[in-house]
Amino acid sequence: MIRSRLFLLGPLLLFLAATYLIPFLGVVRWSVTLPEPGLGQYRAALTDPLVQSVMWRTLRVCATVTALSVTLAYAITLVWVRGGPVARALTELCILIPFWISVLTRAFGWLALLSNKGILNSWAQNAGLLSEPLTMVRNEFGVVVGMVHFLVPFAVFPLASAMKAVDERVLLAARGMGAGRARIFWQVFVPMTRSGIYGAVLLVFVFALGFFVTPAILGGGRSVMVAELIYLRIFQSPDWGLGAAISVVLMAGVGALLAVGMRQARGGER
Amino acid sequence: MMRLRPGMLALTLAALVAVFLLMPLVAVIPVSLTPTRYLSVPLGEWSLRHYRALLDNPAWAQGIWLSIRIGLLASVVATLLATAFSLGIWMLRPAFAGLMMGLALMPMVAPPVVSALTLYFFLTTLSQVNGIVAYDTWAGVALAHAVMIAPFAVVLLTVALNQVDRRIDLAARSMGAGLGTRVFRVILPNIRFGLLAAFFLTFVLSWEEIGVTLFITSVDAVTLPRLMWMGLRDNIDPAIAAISVVLIALVALVVLGKTVWHLCKTRNM
Repeated sequence: MIRSRLFLLGPLLLFLAATYLIPFLGVVRWSVTLPEPGLGQYRAALTDPLVQSVMWRTLRVCATVTALSVTLAYAITLVWVRGGPVARALTELCILIPFWISVLTRAFGWLALLSNKGILNSWAQNAGLLSEPLTMVRNEFGVVVGMVHFLVPFAVFPLASAMKAVDERVLLAARGMGAGRARIFWQVFVPMTRSGIYGAVLLVFVFALGFFVTPAILGGGRSVMVAELIYLRIFQSPDWGLGAAISVVLMAGVGALLAVGMRQARGGER
Repeated sequence: MMRLRPGMLALTLAALVAVFLLMPLVAVIPVSLTPTRYLSVPLGEWSLRHYRALLDNPAWAQGIWLSIRIGLLASVVATLLATAFSLGIWMLRPAFAGLMMGLALMPMVAPPVVSALTLYFFLTTLSQVNGIVAYDTWAGVALAHAVMIAPFAVVLLTVALNQVDRRIDLAARSMGAGLGTRVFRVILPNIRFGLLAAFFLTFVLSWEEIGVTLFITSVDAVTLPRLMWMGLRDNIDPAIAAISVVLIALVALVVLGKTVWHLCKTRNM
């Protein structure tokens, strides 16, 4: 019993302890020893106006992105789960194809659409709608659009499993008692899928917090988010202690969010 | 039974979302045909020069080959480790299973940038003692990818195992099968699709990994996503549009093929 435990459970746990857990403690050590021992970097991370403004922007962008992604995902999941066979096949393609395409390609697609020489601007200028190109990337707008696009498929899965679990008879009963479509949707269907909405919100928000590639490409260094700030602190203005301290704060924040979210989900089931 | 179908409003909204999801993927096609050397929309004049550049510039083939090698090694390592671990959790039901699961899933749940910094620390430390599995080497990247993708394999295999009937394993055990027989002759054949899915998903995740790769490579281990990143950051190279079209076409073919295959299968039944 002990032997099989060692053979089966041991390898992955040892592997991750050596490659992930211990190195993470090394990063924690950086945060309290570089450039000098002490908690100075945490004080800087929590009071420095630049770091503060980046953190606020991150929270603001993530909240917007979460609200938009979950709303859009709700609309398409509704048709994916409850639509007719053709609508279902089509929505499935629209969800799965972007899902399997890399974050870089998708961010580039938005660049091709939104940049000053991109498709939308060229088209609008040729049609005489715009005289000057409209700036839609290298600002927060581009970042939000790119992130929402990346995260919608992830929000679909928890929503779909909640919608599949809805008991059809409840909806029919509501209609039998004379409720209109809108009323059935808002007062019966949406409350019954609440667990899926919570799940999707938690998943999307946590994913969005650590986002790096999309903001870096579509924000163009203008609207820096926390993850890019860490990258800059490590590779461009070497300030490893501060970069490590921000990472530890981010990790703690995500851990706390997940702990609260899990408890909420478990409480909801009871 | 009767079902309430989504109404016109819901269908319209879903169609708008579908357009939003597909729009950037379609947008790269015209951009990839531009005759200019910068990102622009071709007006009247079309050119395949950026597709030509993919073939002429050896960097692209090297990046693709490197990404394939890294993806294969990382996904094999990750799937093997995850299989043993998920089997262990399922068969032994150990104490502290929740805690072990938590550790196993950590690289998936943690913000990618924190994982990237952690693996950067790990590989630069390794660089001080050897030159093979180190910062900016292909083996180092494969190791880091294995760490990042192993949790996804654990999730898929755990889901697959939860659908296996425990009684077949109990039957095998009561008839005197040893651990090896139970694993290789009874349980693994029952989760072969889960294994295949885990291998495929982890390969794709490694193939397109960029967040961690950016931190742990510089000039030597340039994977395909890293190469695309370099073309995106400074002057946007339209060759990125050409490679994007190729990648999107590949994914669309596979997903479409799977859907059609599925439709045919359900038709015939």
